[in-house]
Amino acid sequence: MVTGVEAERVVGRSLWRKEDRRLLTGGSCFVDDFERPGALHAAILRSPHAHARIVEIDATAALEDERVVDVVTSDDLPHPLPRIPMRMFRIDGMERLLQSPLAEGVVRYSGEPVAVVLADSRYAAEDALELIAVAYEPLDALLDATAALDPESPVLHPEAGTNLAGEIHVSFGDVDAAFAEADLVVEERLYSQRHGAVPMEPRGLVAEGADGGGVTVWGAAKVVHTNRRILAALLGLPEDRVRLVELDVGGGFGGRGEFYPEDFLIPFCALRAGKPVSWTEDREENLRALNHSREQIHDTAIALRADGTLLALRDRFYFNTGAYVRTHGAVVPNMSVALLPGPYRWGAYDCTALQVVTNKTPAGTYRAPGRYEANFVRERLLDIAAHRLDRDPADLRRQNLIPASEMPYEVGTHTDNHPVVFDSGDFELLLDKGLQCFDYEEMLRWRAADPGPGRRRGVGVSYFVEKSGIARWEYARVAVGDDGGAVAYVGSASVGQGVETVLAQVCAEALGISYDAVTVSHGDTDVVPEGMGAFGSRATMLGGSAVAIAAEAVRKRLVDAAAERLEASPDDLIIEGDRVIARGSPAVGVPLAELIDGAPEEEEARFESPDMSFPYGLHLVALEADVETGALDIHRYAVAYDVGRAVNPQLVHGQIVGGLAQGLGGAVLEELAYDASGQLVSGSFMDYLLPTAGEMPEVRVLITEDAPTPLNPLGVKGAGEGGTAAAGAVIANAVSDALGAEATVLPLTPERVVDLAHERRAA
Amino acid sequence: MTSRKVSIEINGKTYERDIEPRLLLSDFIRHEAGLTGTHVGCEHGVCGACTVQMDGQPVRSCLTLAVQAEGHSLTTVESLAEEDGTLHPLQQAFHETHGLQCGFCTPGFLMSLEPLLGEARDFDDREIREALAGNLCRCTGYQNIVAAVRLAAERMQ
Repeated sequence: MVTGVEAERVVGRSLWRKEDRRLLTGGSCFVDDFERPGALHAAILRSPHAHARIVEIDATAALEDERVVDVVTSDDLPHPLPRIPMRMFRIDGMERLLQSPLAEGVVRYSGEPVAVVLADSRYAAEDALELIAVAYEPLDALLDATAALDPESPVLHPEAGTNLAGEIHVSFGDVDAAFAEADLVVEERLYSQRHGAVPMEPRGLVAEGADGGGVTVWGAAKVVHTNRRILAALLGLPEDRVRLVELDVGGGFGGRGEFYPEDFLIPFCALRAGKPVSWTEDREENLRALNHSREQIHDTAIALRADGTLLALRDRFYFNTGAYVRTHGAVVPNMSVALLPGPYRWGAYDCTALQVVTNKTPAGTYRAPGRYEANFVRERLLDIAAHRLDRDPADLRRQNLIPASEMPYEVGTHTDNHPVVFDSGDFELLLDKGLQCFDYEEMLRWRAADPGPGRRRGVGVSYFVEKSGIARWEYARVAVGDDGGAVAYVGSASVGQGVETVLAQVCAEALGISYDAVTVSHGDTDVVPEGMGAFGSRATMLGGSAVAIAAEAVRKRLVDAAAERLEASPDDLIIEGDRVIARGSPAVGVPLAELIDGAPEEEEARFESPDMSFPYGLHLVALEADVETGALDIHRYAVAYDVGRAVNPQLVHGQIVGGLAQGLGGAVLEELAYDASGQLVSGSFMDYLLPTAGEMPEVRVLITEDAPTPLNPLGVKGAGEGGTAAAGAVIANAVSDALGAEATVLPLTPERVVDLAHERRAA
Repeated sequence: MTSRKVSIEINGKTYERDIEPRLLLSDFIRHEAGLTGTHVGCEHGVCGACTVQMDGQPVRSCLTLAVQAEGHSLTTVESLAEEDGTLHPLQQAFHETHGLQCGFCTPGFLMSLEPLLGEARDFDDREIREALAGNLCRCTGYQNIVAAVRLAAERMQ
């Protein structure tokens, strides 16, 4: 058992996770593992067309099947049809583009829900989908975001009058003057392809009516309290009649846990049927229905002096948001605009984001949303400039980094109308540490050696600033029982990242008790009254801070009470086991049972951060390309990341390597590709390729704690997204270096690598 | 649909059920036997989350019909730890090396890898990665899973 003095150092240690035992032994409970007696099973009929008028839905044959209980179409929903609202980053006009739980009259993407079947088994429900006859009148599909803004193009939502969902414009300095005086201008069109979160656990829900006309929903994730508010509003129920419960969650990554059509339909069907309803999507549905992300086209340029000084960055980009605006509103393009400047000093900046409606699956966030794309754009431009100026790419970056002396640094951009201010950081120090730790010089020597015929070697560098602690508050309540055990109730959510472990560490340290004595409770709206959840690298930073404050308040109350009894100074007292004792004199003490009257001693806290916090990092890669097959062999991949303070370094390491696997997938493998008619052609794991252990290199990781944030009591910054954020950028830079041709399109599939190699030969 | 009576042995216990011949083994294990430690991630045999052992060999239970399992002996993740709760060395190694995050894919990894460790010999990382390459994990980037196999192999020597 960890006790006393040892326990004071719980934060900062790589303790093993509390979550693991149940997950390793089959004792976990994911939503499809959760059964309610007598439950009906739902299956969703989805549009086979990207764009079509619905002429008629005939469910007669399905309803004749004795195993089928009900078929629900838009006619059966309340009218006017509920629309799923945005929960953040709204732009005026977007409310005209929100999705109804079921399509009425028109379908706008392949995969859009059209009807729900309720049957006595999942097999029967899926059978019945084939018995529903829907007559469609196909319409032209609009897939390309630039084409969608053509005045000649059809308008997908007539009530909106335009396919432009929203526009964001940010500008500072005199961009035109900077370009006019520049010695070098690098101008490109850069494209980041549509891909997405693809958690291993498909989505699912179980819903059941509750006493008093309420409803309980199991399987919520990520933003449980927000989704309760949305569901209550859509069902017309008071919020306290709606209970959402998070079970084990098989990965989030931005996509999972947002409020989707099914999050309304399943509880609605349970109330309508008067029976529990269970639903789990299959993988094809998951790939067609979960938010897509990342599809951006940037027309962009940078201006430099001959000595390498960056002068200005100009960008106009199109974000393909798919058929509807979902819960995220404009968060993705907003993040691109806000953080495209990166870690560099720019005299002038002008960026316009155009969020555009098309006939593809609606888009939302995916790990490092908007930044993965922006880092690709900026870091590509810097490398092209380095090539033209014949400069070492790392050196060109160093020259332009914002110096530590200028922190906190106001970038001149904003997120959700809030100025972006880098809170702390020593960018040059991390560059030095990273290059040294990963032996950049050795990488360059490796690159210079002859790899043999048909092989080319390249080295890539990418620097980035991440953000963390979005939606700036979190709730916690800490309760200490007379046995010395503590429970931290927190509004954060678990998506598999280790929240129960990290927050227990924070709680244990604040109370001065052992890690083993703390459990973390989250995700049940009946148990935790409010919360913001887990997204945007916020759980440790905001949830952790709330837990620390609540725990410190409980500790102080107990220790003060004991100090009075013992006539001692509270400063000399600690909680140990089930007693409060004098430090160094364990014989002097009071049992907690004498200080706590029955119910556990509790304190609540709502931590509010004045601002987001900005971790920063560096990706480095050395790779070899085969010019005949297009294969890429990664010789070395390394990530340096400053997270302010690492509560559990092993878990931070895990976030970085795991995040990188996703970033690498996006860089070379994954694409939610559509054919000309708007059909998703990568709707299975045979076609949508996730990285396997065969593609993933061994990654070197350097976690630094040189710039704790002043914005929260722990000094922590979020660590969840830095592994992903610069992967597309650095792979593209290394491939371009290897082939002597500039990559402008992701992913760098074997085909594109071969094409690039030819481009060089042609040149 | 006509049903058929089957008798299937899982973790040493026999389950007799009337089932449709089309019922997937994964659904039988999860919903008939109630052993929900086996997970279903893709239902088309790519992700490996549903891997169980049939007569000691890993199989994809989503690509196997339950009726095909009749007369065979199945083991699932629930059988790995000892009755007193002591983790199997492979489970323990996953725990220590942080070889899992959300844990959804983990049972499939464990059931795929466990027979390999029975071979009681040294493995290099390349062999380990090859052995892992039939299972998808979206959280870890595999690095710590490789480390877990290495650690478990060392301990089981």
